[in-house]
Amino acid sequence: MIRARLALTLLALVTAGPLGPVTATATERPQASLTDIENDVMCVSCREPLAVAQSPQANAERDYIRSLIAQGLTKQQIEQNLVAQYGAAVLGKPPASGFNLSVYILPPAILAAGAAILAIALPRWRRRTRAAPAASPASARPLDPAEADRLERELSEFRG
Amino acid sequence: MRRLAIPVLAIAAAAGLLALLTFGVAHQGTNSSIDASVARGDFPAAPGSQTRLPILGATGSESLAQLRGKVVVLNVFASWCEPCKAEAPILEREQRQLLRNNGTILGVTYLDNSSDSETFVRQQEITYPVIRDVSGSFVRSFGTTGVPETFVINRQGRIVAVRRYQLDAAWLQRTLPQILAEPS
Repeated sequence: MIRARLALTLLALVTAGPLGPVTATATERPQASLTDIENDVMCVSCREPLAVAQSPQANAERDYIRSLIAQGLTKQQIEQNLVAQYGAAVLGKPPASGFNLSVYILPPAILAAGAAILAIALPRWRRRTRAAPAASPASARPLDPAEADRLERELSEFRG
Repeated sequence: MRRLAIPVLAIAAAAGLLALLTFGVAHQGTNSSIDASVARGDFPAAPGSQTRLPILGATGSESLAQLRGKVVVLNVFASWCEPCKAEAPILEREQRQLLRNNGTILGVTYLDNSSDSETFVRQQEITYPVIRDVSGSFVRSFGTTGVPETFVINRQGRIVAVRRYQLDAAWLQRTLPQILAEPS
């Protein structure tokens, strides 16, 4: 009896196994949302992110995106469509070509240059600051007897 | 000498960044050289005359070079633009006059999607040719930053009048007759 139940359970698992992922892929098609797309595209006339833009052109662009979402297009397809309609300027991130390349190259280059400068300069600064205290006692002038007397007097007054 | 290397490098990097920023800002600015030239009476050749742009709602393309010999009223517009709606019937009426005098209106859609532009053309009963400037590079070569803007190009392909905002019938009537009267 137990064996029969086990066999039935196994059979159920084997048959249900492949069905699970199939059902998931059918429903897991990435659904584009206006909010998600608005954050990644620009209002082309006002040159600000569509998410914050309030202008007739921005509203027309939003309506157009809604119509593309209604057609069931993915976010990537919608962005491609927007570029075909409004040009590359519609994308929040500029295309990596021409002058726009500087947007992608400069920040890491500046970071790397800063790190390199620090890597070279820091050890030198540390060596210099370590050497400085050692040099100062040698250069300090010893007190003459009059100064030593005065110091001793004032210290004893201070101590009461 | 080695002690100077780091400050020199830092100053060079800062100068480079400043130059890049200046270049970027300078190329974002409005090009008003056409307006200044036209105001001086030194009519500049229409830029991008060889640029072929797709015709709205049809296959094929059109360029200013193909219209050489005609007076062209180049009107940059978008469907979402209210002043453009007000201009459309005026331009359509003018088109009938222009056709009789070897001229044409040429609409250019800018910052607009093709389906909205086509709806606009249908609703406004526009019959003059309309082309699409998707990248905006053609209209930007005219110094255009918004809509509507209108440029009158004479038969020699030179810009002889500019309107950077909504036009009216009076402006067209004041501007066009003498340009149309010029020989080819």
